[in-house]
Amino acid sequence: MIFDVEVKISLKKGMLNPEASTIERALDLLGYKVENTKTIETIKFQIKENDASKVEIEVEDMCQRLLCNPIIHDYEINILNS
Amino acid sequence: MKVGVIQFPGSNCDRDVYHGIELAGGNPEYIWWSKKDLSYLDAVVIPGGFSYGDYLRAGAIASITPIIDGIKSLAKEEKPVLGICNGAQILAEVGLVPGIFTVNENPKFNCEWVDLNVRTNRTPFTKYFKKNESIKMPVAHAEGRYFIDEQGMDLLNDQDQIVLQFNDKNPNGSLFGITGVCDESGLVCAVMPHPERASEDILGSSDGLNFFKGILK
Repeated sequence: MIFDVEVKISLKKGMLNPEASTIERALDLLGYKVENTKTIETIKFQIKENDASKVEIEVEDMCQRLLCNPIIHDYEINILNS
Repeated sequence: MKVGVIQFPGSNCDRDVYHGIELAGGNPEYIWWSKKDLSYLDAVVIPGGFSYGDYLRAGAIASITPIIDGIKSLAKEEKPVLGICNGAQILAEVGLVPGIFTVNENPKFNCEWVDLNVRTNRTPFTKYFKKNESIKMPVAHAEGRYFIDEQGMDLLNDQDQIVLQFNDKNPNGSLFGITGVCDESGLVCAVMPHPERASEDILGSSDGLNFFKGILK
């Protein structure tokens, strides 16, 4: 089976997000008033594997070891069987 | 004293660090990132640059390369490990020093001379400074804002792990102006400012040379 994996990485609540505040100020320049702007990074990949639970464990491990830094990041994992 | 200068794809301060170590009287050697056994070295410096294009986070990909095991072993053997700029980001990503250096408050690359306070002189790299001495070195980074949670901050203070702080002006929004931290032992040290770019008077300051002199016994 091939699993489509999507990892969404965001900054923890309360963390300063300079990119988001710059975007918010730029939108304001165009006349758009928006609040609570966030940027979320998405990483997508595929895994060939027969056992769905093994995929979950592996992706969780990837997040902890490389994709995210637990000091500043929250992450959400979505796994679809394609 | 044989001092390793670690090179990753994208390191760009390696030659300056090499020169700084020579100026201090040490015997530097370039070490490529795929090497695992560093046991013959007396110390290592991880220089600045943009290892692996700063992909994911500055230092994230370098932090999982084979050489990191060698660096961890050296730290266990109580040999000095200094990370400068990207090297500091790598040491934080590895977890050899606490906290993280992340995107500047004003998210652009910032290169300027800064006045710094040497908060502790118990590390080999700062032993030739007085405690709270003011020194001058340049910073050059886009991801240098130091962050750590409250509990971690308390530990940093209690265990005397803050090495450098910005005096007056905080150019990147670092928590309490912190721009250099060490591990509990003081032998593993991560600093965002560049000692190698302040190691000769002709460069504008020679304060940084003490960091390399301190590595040599």
